[in-house]
Amino acid sequence: MTLLEQFQLWLGSSWPDWAAYIVPGIVGIVVVLAFVVITVIIFIWYERRLLGRFQVRLGPNRLGPEGIFQPIATALKILLKEDIVPAKGDKVIHWLAPVIVFVPVLMVFAVVPFGERAILTDLNVGIVYVVAISSVSAVGIYMAGWASNNKYALIAALRTVAQMVSYELPVVLAILGVVLMAGSLSMTQIVASQNLPFIILQPLGFAIFFLGTVAEMNRSPFDLLEADSEIVAGYHIEYSGMKFAMFYLGEYGHALAYACIISTLFLGGWQGPFLPPIIWFLIKVVAVFSVIVWMRATLPRLRVDQLMAFAWKGLLPMAVINLFIVAAEVLWLSEITPWLLVAVNFVFAGVLVLLWSKLFALGGGRVEV
Amino acid sequence: MAIKTEPFILNIGPQHPSTHGVFRMRVTLDGEVVVDLEPVIGYLHRGIEKLGEARTYTQIIPLTDRLDYVASMTNNLAYVLAVEKLAGIEIPERGEYLRIIMAETMRISSHLMAVGFFLNDLGAMMTPVLYMWREREKLLDLYEMVCGQRLTYNYMRIGGVSHDVPEEFLPALKKWVAEMPRFIDEYDQLLSQNEILLARTKGVCILPRETAINIAASGPVLRASGVKWDLRKADPYSIYDRFDFEIPVGSVGDNYDRYWVRMQEMRQSVRILEQAIAQLPEGEVCAKVPQLLRPPVGEVYGHIEAPKGELGFYLVSDNSIAPYRFHIRPPTLINLTALKDMVIGWKVADLIITFGSIDVCLGEIDR
Repeated sequence: MTLLEQFQLWLGSSWPDWAAYIVPGIVGIVVVLAFVVITVIIFIWYERRLLGRFQVRLGPNRLGPEGIFQPIATALKILLKEDIVPAKGDKVIHWLAPVIVFVPVLMVFAVVPFGERAILTDLNVGIVYVVAISSVSAVGIYMAGWASNNKYALIAALRTVAQMVSYELPVVLAILGVVLMAGSLSMTQIVASQNLPFIILQPLGFAIFFLGTVAEMNRSPFDLLEADSEIVAGYHIEYSGMKFAMFYLGEYGHALAYACIISTLFLGGWQGPFLPPIIWFLIKVVAVFSVIVWMRATLPRLRVDQLMAFAWKGLLPMAVINLFIVAAEVLWLSEITPWLLVAVNFVFAGVLVLLWSKLFALGGGRVEV
Repeated sequence: MAIKTEPFILNIGPQHPSTHGVFRMRVTLDGEVVVDLEPVIGYLHRGIEKLGEARTYTQIIPLTDRLDYVASMTNNLAYVLAVEKLAGIEIPERGEYLRIIMAETMRISSHLMAVGFFLNDLGAMMTPVLYMWREREKLLDLYEMVCGQRLTYNYMRIGGVSHDVPEEFLPALKKWVAEMPRFIDEYDQLLSQNEILLARTKGVCILPRETAINIAASGPVLRASGVKWDLRKADPYSIYDRFDFEIPVGSVGDNYDRYWVRMQEMRQSVRILEQAIAQLPEGEVCAKVPQLLRPPVGEVYGHIEAPKGELGFYLVSDNSIAPYRFHIRPPTLINLTALKDMVIGWKVADLIITFGSIDVCLGEIDR
């Protein structure tokens, strides 16, 4: 039983039924919304400070202690900007796109387990819901690129569709591995089944899922949608003011959401010794986010055909093989000690990655598409 | 089902983060593939050649600072060498050595910028640039020590350099030169074997040896295509014949070679600097040259190996205080003519990095 349901029961004894149903719902939504927005603002500050360290500079440190208020100043600046709509753009879609990008990100948090019972709604198909909802963002990005009536935005929009669809497959296949081992689609069940975090049990699945999600959230080295040096800002090149802020929030919200999902699926969620569950969860989320920032600070960007090749020739076959290995292990080897499985899976992962890096080197030369 | 497609024209620049200034390209794209490219230049035209014809020979020196502003002292050097050739002026030894020291540090400074922004074009968001700038910043401090400026130095004079370096300059330079090889190693470790860098640059946008020679390319772009041509060896000017150094040459002429040649040239420049500092004599730094120089009637073409290629100055004198004709051969303008041949058939992303690998400076192209 989640905390919200308990709250509901407690209210139900004194309040009318409908109020006992609505009030906890609104309270839960407000709490999660506040958590997401505040965490995203802190993440923006954290990323800028961390990037500064990676880039042998200080990062924003003037406004407030350690520059903690810098994102607020940035937000105020963005909000005060004029809202510009391209004269020949599609005005309705231009207005709708940021909403469609941002709302699914918030909806993902409905099933993120922050603690054993701290979850908004414990859907029995939680992970399927996450996959379904988070891919809606691609539609929003495509709409933004199309409605802007800008060639850079259009290129970004077309890249989005290709990239999001391609990386969805290995991500889902990697999730299936987790689901097989956990024996459930519910997020809390998946966490509860991780006596040994799945990152140790399925290193290959974790690598595929992590790279796939980095591509899904358009982060370096897969940030082809924004590609500053090529198509300037990609799909949000024609956005300003509040609409741009929605994209900005959506982007970091996406990163936060995926960091939460990765922690839940592979890092054991809220589980951990000594500290309270919510602290453990946040530590894991910040750790995942730091790795993403680290990649952004250090890696150059892939070319569009290499990006596609990486998904279809690299991640997808490996994800399929990983799924078969996990299925076989669940079917025949469920009795043996998990540490043996860990050893076997690490060997498999190492061999497969080595094999693939030899077989399908990215290659710099001309690729006919 | 066949979908009807047609190429479209994308306007890149003049305001674009990767055009390194105000360069503009009208690119015809078929999807992501470059079909045609039309460079448009002239957004930074200031008429430096014409301005030069209305100024005395000494007054032209600060104008040359504004050509390739990433390596402005090298421009000074190319110009004063041409004038000295025209007027037949002897330069004191210490002046010669100081010029070499400045020219080689400028080469490193320019290459640091080039490699850093090449990586930036590749998508490594600012990190390599800022690592490169860490060293370049120390160089700028050194220049500030010498002439009080950090961008446009106006340090060279006809007959030598404007004044001797301050006494704290040489120890600081020695320290920098001693540290630099370690930092170049660091860059090498961080960048040269990066899988994505290799995948993006190896075999991409090759400039064949013959084409490079035919378009009169010079500098790292030419040497990356496998031509061993460096004016410091091929037509030694100043006192370059006294130093021992190699000319790094690429093999294929792809983007990686252009990157690699620049990394190697930095090492060679450090070698030259070490020798120059060791040999630096005492004495005068500037010859006695009349304030209003009137070179004999005639014409001269002086060229040097600037960081970006062969920088030449063509001067015609009619024995007055200003040149009758003042013409500049900017290396990057000539190198840029190879761009279209290199990128057709490649993707937009390749176009951007190839443009970065030519290492242009718009101040010099538009003049």
